[in-house]
Amino acid sequence: MSEYEPVIGLEIHIQLATVTKMFCGCELGFGEPPNTRTCPVCLGLPGALPVANARAVHFGLMIGLALGCELAPRSIFHRKNYFYPDLPKGYQISQYDSPLCRGGRLGEVRIHRVHLEDDAAKLVHIGASGRIHGSDASIVDFNRGGTPLAEIVTEPDLRSADQAGEWLRLLRTTMRQLGVSDVNMEEGSLRCDANISLRPAGSEQLGVKTELKNMNSFRFIERGIRAEVARQERILREGGRVEQETLHFDPASERITSLRSKEEAHDYRYFPEPDLVPVAIEAAMLQAASAALPELPAAREERLRDAVGLSADSAHLLAFRPELGDYFEAALSAAGDPAPPAQMLANWVTGDLLARLVAQAPAGQGTGGDEEEEGRGSERSDTAVGDPSRSRVGPAALATLVGLVAAKRISVGAGRQVLDRLVAEGGEPREIVAAEGLEAMGGGEELAVAVAAAIAAHPEAAANMRDGSAKAIGPIVGHVMRATKGRADGGAVTRLVHEQLGL
Amino acid sequence: MARLARLKLADEEVEAMARELSGVLDHIAKIGELDLDGVPPTSHVVEVVGRLRPDEPRPCLPREVALAQAPAVQDDGFLVPSPQA
Amino acid sequence: MAGVLDLTAAGAIAQIEAGELSAAELFDAYRARAAIDRDDGEDGLNCFTWVAEESPHSAERAAPLRGLPLAVKDLFCTEGVPSQSGSRILEGYRPPYTATAVAQLAAAGAPLLGKTNQDEFAMGSSNENSAYGPVLNPWDRTRVPGGSSGGSAAAVAAGLAPWALGTDTGGSIRQPAALCGIVGLKPTYGAVSRYGMIAFASSLDQAGPLTRDVTDAALLLAHMVGQDERDATSLAFPGPIAPPSAERLDGVRLGVPAELTGEGIQPGVRDAFRAALARAQGLGAELCEVRLPHAPHALSAYYVLAPAEASSNLARFDGVRYGLRAADAEDLLDMYTRTRHDGFGAEVKRRIMLGTYALSAGYYDAYYGCAQRVRTKIVADFDAAWEEVDFIVTPTSPTVAFGLGERTGDPWSMYISDFCTVPMSLAGIPAISIPCGLASDGDGPQLPVGLQIAGRVFSENRLLDAAYALEQALDFDGSPARV
Repeated sequence: MSEYEPVIGLEIHIQLATVTKMFCGCELGFGEPPNTRTCPVCLGLPGALPVANARAVHFGLMIGLALGCELAPRSIFHRKNYFYPDLPKGYQISQYDSPLCRGGRLGEVRIHRVHLEDDAAKLVHIGASGRIHGSDASIVDFNRGGTPLAEIVTEPDLRSADQAGEWLRLLRTTMRQLGVSDVNMEEGSLRCDANISLRPAGSEQLGVKTELKNMNSFRFIERGIRAEVARQERILREGGRVEQETLHFDPASERITSLRSKEEAHDYRYFPEPDLVPVAIEAAMLQAASAALPELPAAREERLRDAVGLSADSAHLLAFRPELGDYFEAALSAAGDPAPPAQMLANWVTGDLLARLVAQAPAGQGTGGDEEEEGRGSERSDTAVGDPSRSRVGPAALATLVGLVAAKRISVGAGRQVLDRLVAEGGEPREIVAAEGLEAMGGGEELAVAVAAAIAAHPEAAANMRDGSAKAIGPIVGHVMRATKGRADGGAVTRLVHEQLGL
Repeated sequence: MARLARLKLADEEVEAMARELSGVLDHIAKIGELDLDGVPPTSHVVEVVGRLRPDEPRPCLPREVALAQAPAVQDDGFLVPSPQA
Repeated sequence: MAGVLDLTAAGAIAQIEAGELSAAELFDAYRARAAIDRDDGEDGLNCFTWVAEESPHSAERAAPLRGLPLAVKDLFCTEGVPSQSGSRILEGYRPPYTATAVAQLAAAGAPLLGKTNQDEFAMGSSNENSAYGPVLNPWDRTRVPGGSSGGSAAAVAAGLAPWALGTDTGGSIRQPAALCGIVGLKPTYGAVSRYGMIAFASSLDQAGPLTRDVTDAALLLAHMVGQDERDATSLAFPGPIAPPSAERLDGVRLGVPAELTGEGIQPGVRDAFRAALARAQGLGAELCEVRLPHAPHALSAYYVLAPAEASSNLARFDGVRYGLRAADAEDLLDMYTRTRHDGFGAEVKRRIMLGTYALSAGYYDAYYGCAQRVRTKIVADFDAAWEEVDFIVTPTSPTVAFGLGERTGDPWSMYISDFCTVPMSLAGIPAISIPCGLASDGDGPQLPVGLQIAGRVFSENRLLDAAYALEQALDFDGSPARV
């Protein structure tokens, strides 16, 4: 247990899934040939003027509503002035002291603010160029320049790298649900920087914070945070002071290095953007944003708990892992006769089914919505693992299966066997039960014979039972299960064993 | 200040500039003497809000036009000295 | 042909419509004169930086303005035609698009005659800050024409163009109009689209007409106004701009602000101003004293706000995508700083430094924040005045045209030329300058004096009417300036 407590806040930029750029009508794309998606506005040509994208504002409002923020009745754009080749106007249009949204919360983390701004262009370093005297050269592609961004800043409520990673996944899922962004770190539609400081455990004061930038996968973010926490801890332990600086984490070497640019600290000289007028939220805009919201995790959790009757834990898990929640609800509504109890169905989804899907995944991939495989570049791999909708087990099939188990038409063990088959090959549970002869064995003649045989095969266990050890029943039950290929009902077996032993 | 504005001033220019600016600043500073407590700033003299644009595509410039006036081009992009990483 | 070149735009249009004049011939005549001026070197006025090489198509002649050639200030982007805003950093720059105001006028039948010289990036009051040489005042070639729209004003005054487009940020249409003895109008902020105007100070810049008379100003303005979806600050003008027709000023209350009509005004200018006011009274106008208590601080506030916005607007001139790039830069920083050092003139550098300072951390509240509050007070001052009067009248410029080189040594002495025009810019209200007489600054020749009339937001029609009535009564003769 460390004497120091990490205090972590995140600054997330998400590219909004609008058709056109934030301040001009250039159509957004991905992977287009360089400099084919530009116009006087996003190229920063003299005389060009920005006009704000209504849908970007709409998405911004949706994000604010989804995160429970206060929406500013009037917010204004500011210019953030600095020089860089990927910034054609020499300033970014952002928001400063009157952002679109303030406050709010997602899960355990409070939101500080959400605002809109435009993205910089793409700068590609190409090393030496004969056309440039002296230093190395870069090439600028303005296709991406001007893409709408929502910047989400959290309060420093996170306390560990793992928690940060988990929360970030929750944010990503939420944004996906809203449909406001692809939130794909590989494609750059989700970027995250972390602010990290340490303080003595139990203290209320904040320590000096550093900013960790340019981490482009969930895994790297977690590792980077962990490495930085360790680094700060070392410094503090040795009695040193942490310097406020901007840092870079190299995942290959696990080293943290300073990113501080050669120049002085940026003075952005913010002032209100004179070319844009304030954004005033009208009733119609608010309505449109509210109407576009899907059911969000917190609301779903409440409904699953109160209306569907699930346990608090199940409700929470299914609500905050929408791929599981969606599958569960599909199964629930598809359930025929016999219908499984909701909680039992939930347990099968989050327990047996999920475990098998995870085990099925190739080595190296994590669980439930984890990020792309490092170094192997993958497409959408982050939702394939642990997403029941991507498996061969249809929701209706699972509902049928659990229904059969609930009605004791097959045993739990048999049910698991059927599930194995469904996961591997798909199919229909009743057919599999029939084909494999897995119908539950009743408590009658056949079972009594099997029990007797098992007792006979395990005299020591029988003796221990007679001596009072209830646990000793294990091998006997196991023997029966094997002999009946799992078709026997555990409860019936136990009853018969006790009966036959006279206990 | 010159660095912040990315202006290179030759030594002899610095002195003249400093003198001129200082004179101007003396005049300008007089607004600091006014009593402006509670007066809101005007950032937009027009009383207009909203003016948002529908999310509909407009034609882009053809690449050759976008690059036409560029001082240096390579690989279909604008070539610049690299910012020191 | 000479007689034809004396026609006002409206007059020429009428003759073209009557079949008495050929639009093509008129265009060619003006084009030839403009080209001579540009090629004349030291003998010319240096009004033009570019002149059209050929006459436009006949399509214009069917449109309302009948193909009447228009001189356009260099900072308006004109597709394929050099648009340099008077600066070395944009030398030879040919934009891939045309400014909305220019396109609108071309569609209305006013094709491009040429691009006019101006103070660099519209920063100046004498047109001595151009990288392409100063413009001379046609009334006296040892004197300045005013600025920053000096080229446009001189061209119209000298009869090198029937009319011209300029821009006004702190007085850059009105003041050169006054110094050159012609009409210049700064419309309500937002009435004309700024899309395609190379920016100086975004919250102040406005395009407007420079013309021989008020009728022409109204005609040109009528085809310039309109909300543009590409300019979020542009507004729809509530109703059309009508040709002015008032003959009298009965019932019109003219406010005379002590702050802008007393101290600092040259005696000759003051006399001409008072004489014009007397004329107005003769037409039935009522003169009232008004107070604009914060007007004395307008100049200071302006010289914080305008340079601040400019310092940001000019950051895009970095040598990356267009314009000048310093050769053999050692690294990126070197490229930026040398490009901007070589490309910008002294006044522009001064204002960038001033603006950067005013916005910088620690100084924002004292300068920029403070100036914005002064602006609020100035708006309030005018709002209060409109309760008492219909228009506010002042001399447009505190002096007649001054000599070349006379004020270039001391920036503030140059800035002072704007003290009567800047308050209207800060308030975003429309204001027109009409020539009201001649005066001398001492021993010098008789030079034009301008009268400024300002009205409330969107009062252009009434403003033009009042200006027209007074113009008719004053009967100013601008012919001495004709080349």
